[in-house]
Amino acid sequence: MAIDDLEKKLRPPADPLKPYPAKMITLANGKTMVVREASREEVGVLLGTIYPLLGCPKDFYDIVAARMYSEILAWYRYRVANEFVLVGAVDGVIAGIVNSRQVDPSLGMSLHTLAVDRGLRVGAQLFAAKMEHHIDVLGEDEVLVVAESPIGFKRWMIEYELEDRSAGYPAVRHELGGVPTYALTRTLWEKHRRNKCTGVRPVPPEILATADKLRMPAEYCQLPGFRRE
Amino acid sequence: MAPRVGIVGIGHIKFGNLSEYDLVDIMAYTATDALRDAGILADRRMVDQLFVANMGGGVINHQTGIASALVSRLGLEPTPAELVENGPASGGSAIKLGYMAVASGMADVVMVVGGETMRKVTGWKATDFVATLGHPEAEYGMGLTLPAFGAMFARLYMERYGVTERDLALVAVKDHANAARNKYAHVQEPCTIEAIHESPDAHVVNNYVAEPLRLYSVCPVSDGAATVILVNMDSPKAAAFRHPPIRIAGLGSATDTHCVHNRKDPLHLDAVRLSAEKALAMAKLTPQDISFAELHDAFVVLELAIAEEVGFYPRGKAVEAVRRNENAIDGKLPLNTSGGLKAKGHPVGATGVSQVVELVRQLRGKAEPGRQVKNPRYGMAVNFGGFGNNVVAIICAKE
Repeated sequence: MAIDDLEKKLRPPADPLKPYPAKMITLANGKTMVVREASREEVGVLLGTIYPLLGCPKDFYDIVAARMYSEILAWYRYRVANEFVLVGAVDGVIAGIVNSRQVDPSLGMSLHTLAVDRGLRVGAQLFAAKMEHHIDVLGEDEVLVVAESPIGFKRWMIEYELEDRSAGYPAVRHELGGVPTYALTRTLWEKHRRNKCTGVRPVPPEILATADKLRMPAEYCQLPGFRRE
Repeated sequence: MAPRVGIVGIGHIKFGNLSEYDLVDIMAYTATDALRDAGILADRRMVDQLFVANMGGGVINHQTGIASALVSRLGLEPTPAELVENGPASGGSAIKLGYMAVASGMADVVMVVGGETMRKVTGWKATDFVATLGHPEAEYGMGLTLPAFGAMFARLYMERYGVTERDLALVAVKDHANAARNKYAHVQEPCTIEAIHESPDAHVVNNYVAEPLRLYSVCPVSDGAATVILVNMDSPKAAAFRHPPIRIAGLGSATDTHCVHNRKDPLHLDAVRLSAEKALAMAKLTPQDISFAELHDAFVVLELAIAEEVGFYPRGKAVEAVRRNENAIDGKLPLNTSGGLKAKGHPVGATGVSQVVELVRQLRGKAEPGRQVKNPRYGMAVNFGGFGNNVVAIICAKE
C-alpha cells in the first residue's frame, strides 16, 4: 500500500525492538501455555478476544479492555512507537494478553495486562513475561507501572515491592494518566525474578505449533452466558 | 426419649466471589433453595425457629442483626431467629443448636442458614479479620494469622511424621478433582501433581504463601451461604416434606485452650478427638463405620491431622492413605468429596452448614456424576473453629 506524505508524518519512526523468545509454562491444571510475541498480522484475533470484555465492569475489565483495545489498534495503525504485545495461548486459544512500550533504551512503559482465563495465574505469568522482556531482553533499567484495579495493585505494587515514584509527579508520570506511578527497577526484578517469572525455553516445535494460529475464546468466565458462535 | 432429628431440605449457592451481592440476600437465596428442596416453599411458615451462622457480618460488612434481617427477608416473622457466632465453627454450632431445639421439643422444624461475604474487603483484611479469633495479646497481637498457624502446624507435622510437600500436594489434587465436579465449588479447576509439584514452573505456579504451605495448600477466601432444614422425624409434620429425612445420628462438640501454645502437644487436636468421640458414641458407631467425611481442611495438612484425631488412621499414618489414593471418591475412605475447604471454598460462617449439605447430597445419592460415593451409609463432618479450640462433629445417616 502506498503511504502518502501526510501519513508518513503521522507515523512514529520505525525502530524495531529485539524479539521476545517464546517460552512455555505448565499451568496448575497441567495444561501448557505458550507465551510468545504477537505479530501485527494477529491484531484481528487479539481485538476480537478483547472486545467482549468492554462491557464487563467487574474487576475493571471494561477499562483495561477498552484501553488495551485502543493501544493495540494504535500499534496496528502506526500511531504508537515501540509497542510490543505478548500473548499466552493454551492449545492455540488466547488465555491472556499483555502490552507495553519502550520509551527509550533504558525505560519501559508497562501498559496493560488482561487475563482471559482466570484462577490459573495467567495474568501474573504474563506480567512477569512482560517485565522479563523489558529488562532481560530489551535491556532497560526500569519499567514504569500503574494499576487500574485492586488486583493489579496487589499483584504488581505489593508483590514486586515496586518503588513509588508519585512524589516525582508531574515530572515523572506514567503515560496512562495521573494515577500514582510506580517503578520496577532492575534491582527489584533481580530480587523477584526467581519467584515470579518462569517458563521453559526453547519451546519444542510441536508445542510452539499449537500457538501458530491464535484463536479467540469461545466463552469467558467473566461473561456468564456469553458464547462466541 | 428425645425425638429423632433429620434433615429434609438443603440449599446452597456457588461459593466464590459474590462481593456484588448483599450478605443477607445470598443467605435468603439458599434458604429459599432449601425450602423448595424440602417442598415447603409455599408453606414456609412451618419453620418454627431460624438459626443463622455468621462470623464477620459486623466486622466485614458493617451489618449486625443478621438473623432479624434474614427472617424478615424471608417473610417468616414472627418466627424466632438468633445469630450464632462461633468462629469458623459457627455453622456446625448453629446446626447443633437446631438439633437441640428439635430434640428438646421446643421446635419441630428448624432452619439453619450459614453465610459469609469475605471478598467485599481485600484478602489482607479478610485474613486479619479471621485472625481476630486468636488470643488478642498472645497470638493476634503478635501478628499471628491463620496461615501462620497453619504453616507452623504443618512444619511440625511434616517433621514429626515424615510428610513431604508432595504429600500435601496430593491432597490438593484430590480435593480439586472433587471440586471440579461440584457445581457449588469456588474453584472448579483441577490441578495435577506434575503441574503443582514436579514441573520446572511449579515453584511459581504453586508459590509459597506461608512456608511450607503453598498456594495449593491453603483454602481460598470465599463468599457463600448454605442452608439445612431440620425436622422432628417423629412428628406428624415430618410427612409434609418431599424427601425422606437424612437422620442426624451423632453430634458432638468440644473446646480446647484458646492459646495454641498452652496445649501439651500442639499437634494434638483434642477438641477434634473429643467431639468425634461424642458424635460416634451418640451414633453407636466406630470410625470404621463412616462411609465418607468432610474434614475442615482450611490447610490441607489439617485433613491428615483431623482424619487421625477422628480415628480413621493412627497418628502420623494418614499420609500413607494419601499416597495410596485411598481418600479419592472411589477409594476406601473418601474425604472431602465436595472439594473441601481447599477447593470448594471457605466462607467461614457457611462452612459447617455447607459440609452437612454435602453429607445430605451424598447420602441421598444426588452428588454429581463422578463425585458420588458408592452406597454411602454414614457421613461425618468436622467443623473446626479457631485453631482447633472449638470443634463440632456431626454424623448423618441414611435411614
